[in-house]
Parts: sequence; C-alpha cells; structure tokens
Amino acid sequence: MVSLKQLDLTDLSVRQVNEYLHGELLEERPAGVEILNPDGLHSIAAGLDTKVNVDILGHAGYFIAGMNQQARVTIHGNVGWSVAENMMSGVVRVKGHASECAGASGHGGLLVIEGDASSRCGISLKGTEIVVGGSVGHFSAFMAQAGTLVVCGDAGPNLGDSLYEATIYVRGSIHSFGADAQEEEMQADDFEKVTDLLSRAEMNYDAREFKRVSSARSLYHWNADAHQEY
Amino acid sequence: MCGIVGFLARSEADRARLGQLVTPMLECMATRGPDSAGLALFRSPLPAASRRFALYAGDRAFDWQALNTQYQADNNCTATVEAVENHAALLTDLEAGPFKAWLGRTCPEVHLLSAGHAIEIYKDEGHPEEIARRFHFSEMVGTHAVGHTRMATESAVSPAHAHPFTAGEDFCLVHNGSLSNPYSVRRKLESLGIAFETDNDTEAGCRFLEWRMREGDTLETAIEVAQAELDGFYTFLMATADKMVLVRDAFACKPAVVAETDDYVAVSSEFRSLAHLPDIKHAHVYEPAPEQIYSWSV
Repeated sequence: MVSLKQLDLTDLSVRQVNEYLHGELLEERPAGVEILNPDGLHSIAAGLDTKVNVDILGHAGYFIAGMNQQARVTIHGNVGWSVAENMMSGVVRVKGHASECAGASGHGGLLVIEGDASSRCGISLKGTEIVVGGSVGHFSAFMAQAGTLVVCGDAGPNLGDSLYEATIYVRGSIHSFGADAQEEEMQADDFEKVTDLLSRAEMNYDAREFKRVSSARSLYHWNADAHQEY
Repeated sequence: MCGIVGFLARSEADRARLGQLVTPMLECMATRGPDSAGLALFRSPLPAASRRFALYAGDRAFDWQALNTQYQADNNCTATVEAVENHAALLTDLEAGPFKAWLGRTCPEVHLLSAGHAIEIYKDEGHPEEIARRFHFSEMVGTHAVGHTRMATESAVSPAHAHPFTAGEDFCLVHNGSLSNPYSVRRKLESLGIAFETDNDTEAGCRFLEWRMREGDTLETAIEVAQAELDGFYTFLMATADKMVLVRDAFACKPAVVAETDDYVAVSSEFRSLAHLPDIKHAHVYEPAPEQIYSWSV
C-alpha cells in the first residue's frame, strides 16, 4: 500500500491527475493524495467517486472537485468559479476564498469555505450543506431547492432570491433579501442543525448568533390578482 | 469570453522586466480569446512637448522610414521612428490633432493606434502568442501595461476590433463582457462631435469615459457616470499615464482576480495567468467586488 501519493501538476496534466484519481488510485489505495502546484488550473479532482483524502496544495481554478462523491477534498488556497459544483456526497473544504457559484446545484455532501464565497454561492442548491466561514456575495442561494447554507459572516444583496425549500442561516448582517426570501424565527431544530453543521465544519460559533432565512412561498403559485407585481 | 491582464510595477526591478512578467500572463489567457490580442504599454512620460504615436499598417513590409521622411518634409520638423513589422512608434513634437489630420491626408492606409506622452498600443489579429512574439512584448520596459485576448462575440474579428481601445491621449480600456446599449451611447457621443472608428461596443465605453475626463471628471468619477449610462456585463480594466483602474458591473458576471505585493499589482481574468509571478505565494489575492472602483497609482 502506498502511504501518500504525490502528483505534481508541473509534470502532469490535469487529465493525467484525474485519470489516476479515477483509475489507478482504486488499485493502489493510498492513504491520501497530495496534488502539488495547482497554479489556478481548472477541473482538478473532478468526478471522484471513492473514499479518499485529496489535498490540493495551492490556489486552484474553476470546477474543482465538481460532481464529487465520497471523497474528502481539501484545497489549501483560493478557488475559482463553481467549486464542488453538482456534488453528490463527501466533503470539499476550501481553506481560502471561493469565487462565484460555489456548490452550485449540489445534491449532497458538505462544502466548507473557510474564507469568503463570492456571488451566487449555493445557486440552485439541491441538498448539499454549505458552511462559509466568511461572507457571501450577491444572489447567494438563488433558486436553492433543498439543502442548507450557513454564513458565518455577512450576506450580500438579494439573498435567497426565488428560494424553494433550502434554508439559510446568517450570523452577520444581510444586505437585502431577494424575491420571496424572509427572516423567520429560529426553532429548536434550527439550533440543532446549525450547531451540528458548525461542528462538522470546525467553525467555532454559537448557533444562537444566527438568523434563519427561508422562502415565504408566495412565488409557488400563480396569482392572477397580483398583476405581475411579485 | 475574453481574457484581460494588467500589471503595474511598483519596483524599479519589475519595471525593467515588465514585458517578461506580463507576456506569459497574456499568453496564458489565449485560451479565453484566441482571435486577436493587444497590449498597451505605459513608459515614463516623455517631455510635455513630445508625443509618441503608435501606428499600424496592414502590410507587414510597410516602409516606415519613408513615412518618417515624408512626415518631416511636410511638417518641417524632426521625428524618429521605431518600427517592428507592421507596427511603428513615431516620436515627434506635433500635437495629436494635426498629426492625425496629416496621417489621414498622406497615408490613409496607416491607422493611429494611440497617442500620448506615456502610452503605446500594439494590437493585431491572430493568436496572442504569435502577436506577443512578433512585437517582442517580452522585451518591453515600462511602469504598467494592460493586455487583452479576444474571442469576438459582438462585432467582427479585425485588427481595429482588437483591444486595447483608446480615445484621447494616454488612456486605454480593455473589456471582458458585452454592452447592450452601445449604439445609444454612440449616438449621444456622435451628437457631441465625437467620431468612432469601429462598430465595437468597447469603443463606445472607451470614448464615453474619455469624453467625461475631457469634461473635467477624474477617471473614477467618469466611471461612476458610466455605471449609470452603460448597460451590460463588463469587467473593465483601464490605464492612464499614472494609474491602472478596474471595475466590474453590478452582477459581476465576468471574472477577475487581483494579486498585490509590495512590488506589483497584477490583474487577470483567471488566477492561473498570475500563478508564475514572483512571490505570488505571499501575494494578497482577492476577487474584486461588483461595482467597486479599484485604482492603483504608479
């Protein structure tokens, strides 16, 4: 058994690294994989479907750990657009900041961003749990259908625009709500859920500091009397 | 998509190797836009009476020395010309208006790319790596530079439609995005006597900003006025003789990353074109916020 596999992107292409992660890895079963010199390259560690720890040592580009299943991927730097897009399960952790559309369309698993996430974080979320240590940009959780977004910092404009059944918890200030999003009182199960997520994300905050945001559900049905005034 | 890059050197060492630092950035962004490319280089300003006119000819064997000889004879003055293939810089004392008029009368096949005390624009159709090699971008020395790799989405692929765009003197703009109301902006400016050279949307933004600055606005104020007038998605990177300025639209649909160290400020559409800059591991790397104006001085 290989104790720790190191793959250096100065010598290998992203395709070669991903081919290892999808193929040879399953035979070698290393204790973990370290990917060196990501240097902003796109699609690293995309499409993983095995229980393995992958550490990306540096700043990475777009679509990092997209479609992840089972794997635990840690990026030791910033990431570009759409990290952990369409994740199914597993854990993706960004030690730095994330650009736009972090966790977009994710069905399951946990995405942790220790720094800030930019706009449209959790857009069209379908079940993934996202914990952001810093703040999120505008239109975060836009059209989010299921799952949870926990924001330990502040939320930018139009939070939760056209939200479905996903829930948002915000510790800091909320610049503005998007259409149909509203603040609701925290209930016992909210405190429980936030406490659990903060613990799994290794964020040291008290759930009592958070506000709950969810859908007012007024967009769910066509209202002929509204005269398009939603 | 398009790729934008910018580099402002704070240290003398980085000014001396500006071309070496910015050229790999530009070449890396060729994947975002491979149809044409350009670079605006800013050097230490010439004396107030002198100007550098960047010229472009379609013919790569164009006789620039003959143009210079003709220019000196017609205007009874001295000038020097520095030529690389179909690009040349003419250094002379004539002001931009009379120079442009002379050029239009004498050599209408030659296009004036830029005018000013500090700026020199290079741009052409073709792959960014080929353009960088032909014009020797890696040898350039200066205080700051902005560059662009274009994937045309709204107007023709031609040398004139390549970025950077310029208007007036010592000002240029590169743009990733698309404006949705360039023609109404253009009609407004044309009614004020401002002439356009292409049908490109970026030219409308560029001439709008230069018009506001000519009316007395600072570049930052001009951008605030433009934010209310220009509709569309944009990351704009601009430069004047003494600063580099970045702004994104309210939705920030077009990417940008900034890296700052004590020695430089570098801007790009994607981090990977910054990845090989010196000391990048210790740089402050961040994504610029929507609508916020970022301005860095030389």
